[in-house]
Amino acid sequence: MQPDRTPLLSVENLEVHFPIRAGVLQRQVGAVKAVDGVSFSLNRGETLSLVGESGCGKSTTGLALMGLVKPTGGRVQFDGQEIRGFNRAALKSYRRRMQIVFQDPFSSLNPRQRVKDIIRAPLDIHKVGTPAERETRVAELMERVGLRPDQADNFAHQFSGGQRQRIGIARALALNPDVIVCDEPVSALDVSVQAQILNLLSDLQRDLGVSYLSISHDLGVVEFISHRVAVMYLGKIVEIAPKTRIFAEPGHPYTELLMRSAPSRDPRKRHSFSATNDDIPSATKKPSGCPFHTRCPLVTAVCKTTEPALTARDDGRLVACHNR
Amino acid sequence: MSEMNTATHVPVLQVSDLDIEIRGVNGAFAVVSDMSFSVSAGETLCIVGESGCGKSMTALSLLRLLPEAASIAGGKVLIDGQDFLAMDQRQVEDFRGEKIAMIFQEPLTALNPVLRIGEQIAESVRQHRKCNRREADARAVDVLRLVQMPDPERRATQFPHELSGGMRQRAMIALALACDPKIIIADEPTTALDVTIQAQILGLISDLQKRLGTAQILITHDLGVVSEVADRVIVMYAGRKVEEASIFDLFDRPFHPYTIGLMGAVPGAGASSEAGDRLADIPGTVPPLWNLPKGCAFAPRCANASARCLKERPPFEEKRPGHWAACWEHDDAA
Ligand SMILES: Nc1ncnc2c1ncn2[C@@H]1O[C@H](COP(=O)(O)OP(=O)(O)OP(=O)(O)O)[C@@H](O)[C@H]1O
Ligand SMILES: Nc1ncnc2c1ncn2[C@@H]1O[C@H](COP(=O)(O)OP(=O)(O)OP(=O)(O)O)[C@@H](O)[C@H]1O
Ligand code: SF4
Ligand code: SF4
Ligand SMILES: [Mg+2]
Ligand SMILES: [Mg+2]
Repeated sequence: MQPDRTPLLSVENLEVHFPIRAGVLQRQVGAVKAVDGVSFSLNRGETLSLVGESGCGKSTTGLALMGLVKPTGGRVQFDGQEIRGFNRAALKSYRRRMQIVFQDPFSSLNPRQRVKDIIRAPLDIHKVGTPAERETRVAELMERVGLRPDQADNFAHQFSGGQRQRIGIARALALNPDVIVCDEPVSALDVSVQAQILNLLSDLQRDLGVSYLSISHDLGVVEFISHRVAVMYLGKIVEIAPKTRIFAEPGHPYTELLMRSAPSRDPRKRHSFSATNDDIPSATKKPSGCPFHTRCPLVTAVCKTTEPALTARDDGRLVACHNR
Repeated sequence: MSEMNTATHVPVLQVSDLDIEIRGVNGAFAVVSDMSFSVSAGETLCIVGESGCGKSMTALSLLRLLPEAASIAGGKVLIDGQDFLAMDQRQVEDFRGEKIAMIFQEPLTALNPVLRIGEQIAESVRQHRKCNRREADARAVDVLRLVQMPDPERRATQFPHELSGGMRQRAMIALALACDPKIIIADEPTTALDVTIQAQILGLISDLQKRLGTAQILITHDLGVVSEVADRVIVMYAGRKVEEASIFDLFDRPFHPYTIGLMGAVPGAGASSEAGDRLADIPGTVPPLWNLPKGCAFAPRCANASARCLKERPPFEEKRPGHWAACWEHDDAA
């Protein structure tokens, strides 16, 4: 399915800085710039993946859009309306239309709750339909994600990881959302079960037209699930491009390193991984200029002083680099 | 990159018919059954399989570090020709570090949080070698340099929590290598790391293998990692070997339906996947080890299962030269 091109969600200069406090007075001594000026848009029926290394700000971006952490700056527009201008009713409807599925199916569900209650909770909270209608909807959702009706009374702890992830997806689907933020939905699962969940997500998009903001560090998963890919490094997007293009030819030097580091899956095309050491900077101590300059093979003088902006290239991709 | 011809084909580790049992709330049950394999100097053997299939239990038994609930119920482990399971505790401790060492997924399980990195390594060196404190300290800095720890003299004086994840992993590898073991067992050594750091660590281990001729058993669930480093591969399912072959034979023509399913299930294997495509998933889940089906353990998920598969467990046999599998199917090409 080709996604519709009007952006459903558009994010401009999103910023989430966490204060670092120290001393008895707990004075702020610095900030973790977890998300540091991130802009992207998401279309209807589209999957945009956020990729990048641990700590680069992927989850924080997703949580900020869900209203689960407070942004310290930036603008978010949903369906053409700015979130900040939302009145309470609009905000409530936004919260219904955005849902999230978390990585760890073992900690994101209450083990002592029955499956049917877990899936019904969003319907109860938003007071959707009569109790009988909610019951029917739960049965429908369970079938949709591949759970058996006779499992409705079981507790979450009686399910395997893959089944729990199905429960989490059913819960996220309950209110017919437009966008689901999928934060590493398969990274805790075995390969054979991972494929079941990825297929489910792909079927749901085809049938319901839902958009995914998919967060993953697994390039195989990214390549399978995405239409477009945004690569993050230390709180910034360094490249956004259509999936096919970015995998064919990475634009940013960091994207290139990421792709070169991913195992080949073909024993005849092994990489010659080198044991050279990178000292990897953190979100607390960001390098000046280009955040990637401490590891970049193409670094020049300007990179150390001036931060490159994310700019459009001839082939339609956006890259933040002075020398590419 | 490790190459087949760096292996000398003298097995430094030989495991035969190893059985491991767990006493749990569901009574005693077998977690690992009939495991047999060997590794030669310079060789890398990878063990892959679903979570819970007994990979870590196998690894831990090779160092006699099984958790309390588990025990070795039968079989033999020969290290450098000597019967490891028959040794007393003292001999076992001499062997650990000196002949066989382990790298864990989570470095904090192997590193002592209240000891400086250098002290921990030096302590292990002095346990195995006749040397004084100064020599042991020098050796510690040397191995930290060997694993490409930046600024090894300073890092030796730091505590584990003061290092980043990638550096901690290096410190643990340094600890494992300090006494030049002949065999390294690495249990998911890079699963918790980012790909760029994973690439460095894998590069590091195979560099060292080439230089020192160390044999490696690498446990992973990542077929990408397997394709990068393995000489030979064992695929486990529900506590047993279901397939064993050279890396090329396995990737070119996997035999067992589980292995075939696993390879089809890896996303991104076909470079041109379109959003909306489907992966070849394996339906169902792994059966619990204390309640395995009677015949082939994979039968409930296998598209080729026949009546015989449900009744009798298939033997592990050589299906093609050097290529073994446990499945009732025949080799159609043979
Ligand atoms: N509540 C918080 N308070 C302070 N710092 C935080 C908080 N949440 C996240 N951080 C920091 O913000 C940065 C970004 O974290 P985030 O969880 O978004 O990364 P991520 O890209 O999702 O990483 P991973 O791949 O490990 O999940 C990290 O340095 C993290 O330590
Ligand atoms: N300490 C323990 N006590 C009892 N049972 C255990 C213990 N540790 C593991 N087991 C069980 O033993 C079986 C084999 O576990 P093992 O850790 O070897 O699996 P694995 O193949 O390494 O899996 P993973 O890929 O998840 O690490 C599992 O079914 C597990 O539940
Ligand atoms: S701006 Fe400079 S340091 Fe940054 S990625 Fe480009 S070349 Fe490398
Ligand atoms: S023995 Fe039968 S059930 Fe088992 S893997 Fe082979 S064909 Fe499938
Ligand atoms: Mg995250
Ligand atoms: Mg394990």
